[in-house]
Amino acid sequence: MNANTKINTKTKEAAPRLYKIDFLGKRYIAVWASVILSIAAIISLGVQGLNFAIDFTGGTVVEVKFKEPADVNQIRLNLEADGFNSPMVQLFGTTRDVLIRLAPQSGVAGSDLKSRVMGILNKDNANSAEMHRIEFVGPQVGDDLVTDSGLALLYASIGILIYVALRFEYRFALGAILATLHDVVMILGFFSVLQLEFDLSVLAAVLTIMGYSLNDTIVVFDRIRENFRKLRRGEVIEVMNISINETLSRTLMTSFLTLLSVLAMAFFGGQIIHNFALALIVGIVVGTYSSIYVASALALKLGVSRMDLMPPEKEGAGADNRP
Amino acid sequence: MRNRYPVWVNLLILTVLAFGIIYSLPNFYGEDPSVQLSPSRNAKIDQGIQDQINKLLGDNGLKVKASELNDKRILVRFNDTDTQIKAEELLKNNMGDNYSVALNLAPATPGWLRAIHAKPMYLGLDLRGGVHFMLQVDMEAAVTQALDRYSEDIRTDLREGKIRYLSVERDKAVIQVKFQDAQTLAQGRDVIKKEIRGLVLNVLEPELTIEAKMSEPEIRDKRKQALAQNIIILRNRVNELGVAEPVIQQQGEDRIVVQLPGVQDTARAKEILGATATLEFRLVDSEHAIGPDGKAPLGARVYNDRKGRPLLLQRKIIVTGDQVVDASSGLDQQSGSPAVFISLNGAGAKKMADTTKENVGKAMAVVFIENKSETKEVNGQKLTTKKKVEEVINVATIRDRFSKRFQITGLDTTEEARNLALLLRAGALAAPMDIVEERTVGPSLGKENIAQGERSFMIGFALVAIVVLVYYKMFGIIANFTLVFNMALIMAILSSFQATLTLPGIAGFTLTVGMAVDANVLIYERIKEELRNGNSPQAAIYAGFERAFATIFDSHITNLLAAVMLFGIGSGPVKGFAVTLTIGIITSLFTAVTCTRMMVNWMYGERRGVKLWI
Repeated sequence: MNANTKINTKTKEAAPRLYKIDFLGKRYIAVWASVILSIAAIISLGVQGLNFAIDFTGGTVVEVKFKEPADVNQIRLNLEADGFNSPMVQLFGTTRDVLIRLAPQSGVAGSDLKSRVMGILNKDNANSAEMHRIEFVGPQVGDDLVTDSGLALLYASIGILIYVALRFEYRFALGAILATLHDVVMILGFFSVLQLEFDLSVLAAVLTIMGYSLNDTIVVFDRIRENFRKLRRGEVIEVMNISINETLSRTLMTSFLTLLSVLAMAFFGGQIIHNFALALIVGIVVGTYSSIYVASALALKLGVSRMDLMPPEKEGAGADNRP
Repeated sequence: MRNRYPVWVNLLILTVLAFGIIYSLPNFYGEDPSVQLSPSRNAKIDQGIQDQINKLLGDNGLKVKASELNDKRILVRFNDTDTQIKAEELLKNNMGDNYSVALNLAPATPGWLRAIHAKPMYLGLDLRGGVHFMLQVDMEAAVTQALDRYSEDIRTDLREGKIRYLSVERDKAVIQVKFQDAQTLAQGRDVIKKEIRGLVLNVLEPELTIEAKMSEPEIRDKRKQALAQNIIILRNRVNELGVAEPVIQQQGEDRIVVQLPGVQDTARAKEILGATATLEFRLVDSEHAIGPDGKAPLGARVYNDRKGRPLLLQRKIIVTGDQVVDASSGLDQQSGSPAVFISLNGAGAKKMADTTKENVGKAMAVVFIENKSETKEVNGQKLTTKKKVEEVINVATIRDRFSKRFQITGLDTTEEARNLALLLRAGALAAPMDIVEERTVGPSLGKENIAQGERSFMIGFALVAIVVLVYYKMFGIIANFTLVFNMALIMAILSSFQATLTLPGIAGFTLTVGMAVDANVLIYERIKEELRNGNSPQAAIYAGFERAFATIFDSHITNLLAAVMLFGIGSGPVKGFAVTLTIGIITSLFTAVTCTRMMVNWMYGERRGVKLWI
């Protein structure tokens, strides 16, 4: 206890800070940038939507490896000749790895498809194909997944809202949730604009980013709350700026480290988790930005004041010591 | 001031770390190619069988690395896959009748670890190769079948109570029992009420009809039962297929996930899993004739035989497939055609004996029932239509009273006889099922996935470790130690729970590295800040940990919140990611805060005037 009081007396003086950047003074630039990007993302989502994988739409994916480089066009023609409607055939990784996507077919079950497709692919005996992966998803499962995913996103948002409102204050909660949704829209927009395949693992990445971006926001909010109590002087905007600057090295360091591990995933993790890693990369970059700018700027706009975060009287000095 | 933990806290931390290290060890020993043998019917498994197998393998020049016996199976390990495959073939040919023989990759965990129940993580299908099915149970059919059984019970009870009734018919979800007059109606109502529970009766006096419906709880019960029974039957069938370590789980309210590691022949697996085939034995109605409009007289039904010829059978079923205790296939000794030999349970045998005794000289038919379904798209709507195919596969004259055992013939091929025997043995499904999802991963892709997952994890970890080391120096070394402990702890927990590791699960590990180190970063940045504020090193360490904790706790909770939501969506791989991430978030709270603190205390806590190398 002795040590604690000693620290408190010292830190009351204005601390020399590492960074002195006027983040919130430039908040209008950031807000406009975010608004424009969000609108662009939403327009893209509305116009061309997401390129949903079979997890959501139902259908079949076949992944094969040929002995020799494969002729994608010939495979497509062969499949069409056998009655498959507009099959998607593409190379991935090497010229021998081929990915085939088939729309849901009525009355054809997975294993029948497998023998049919493999039969077509192995027509040319000189260049036979080895089956790597076949996935068949029924239409009903896809529909259910869309519902479940929507609910998961909704519940996650509500959970976050409640938690932040309890721990902080409702204006912070709104700022946090809007910043988080901003990140979600950005990732979805990124996948929509580039028409990257959106599968279940990408959705998992989106949910992960919700937690991650919020984590960043909370660290900044925590510091704002602490500084409101500590620095008796200063405008709200000034206190917020100080807080963001104080946490800046941590925010950047953590994001950088997480980004490093996710980049390794994107480059070396293979095709199956590539889009997953990509979603995380976008999310981490946007999430870092949004926790610095969007969340605090929104809380400011909503009119957070010093009084909102002062501890109730009876907690008094013990509040700083909370485990 | 000094920074130190009490001795018991240090001991507690070290104990947890020891647990993490020891229980993560099995994951580093690799696997032995092996063959497992489990009894498929009434066969025994004991020391004698084990010796017999070892001798058989030895005689054929196949070198056994080790052979283990437990109450459920014999596991024989080999040094290479070549020997393994040869051994499987040999054992299948010699012991295949009574035992199911399956290829397996048995973990090569050393004995002392196995003695303390340390096991490696369970690898998901995307890492080991195999088939994943999701089956949808047709709950409507389960309820309809229950109603049909109730109708039959009502008929029997009324007959036994000597109460005259006009008809008992099921119309969708309602059973209508019609009577001739008010007196029999009242008697009938009393009998049904007394004998049959679970039905809600509605007496329509003017129409002389009782309408019986299943109550809501009863319907819920029937659904639950149907799902549970289907899971049991699937388990039996999968055992018959001879698959090592299958996973059969309920998913949601009406779906079942079946994972068969190592299986590549999906067609056969599907045929066996999805088949809802069962048999019914009925007497041929020789007293009536089929009406001119193709309609059947009361108490009878029109069936077709395999050539499409109509045949009139009695409505009353003698015995159904679920009363079959054992069934095996073979050849009929007289005709040489494929046959299935059937044994009935007590109740079935009694019914069969009674019926055949009274009907010597008459004909009995075997009806083969199969449910097929197909999905069609009509006007953009997905419609699944169900077709119940009922065929008379065999009509034979009853020559004598049947006993417990008898045979049926009339099947086209030996293959068909074998499958029918298997299905009868494993039991009939309580409700038909459709395969709504199927994923097959080839074995080579599985290996590739493991390699890529491991490589990306290693590289990610190395990059993070180097940066942390360069940036935080001595404290970086400590952070890296705790990161390694964290990974060991996650692995140990996943291994103890036998949770499934998938490729996204490995990604979860990689991501956890970044997230776990965040707590270290928060603490270290805080310590640096306190030092800049002019605090003494000891005070800075103290304040760094104390003040960062609330923030770390908050941020972990939010990460956890999102990770838990992931459990709600999808199956398989993504769940693996959710599991790893959730465990990783919780363990990192321990390693990054408590373990780091302990090591920092050891390093600096006892010394005065120390300069922190951070």
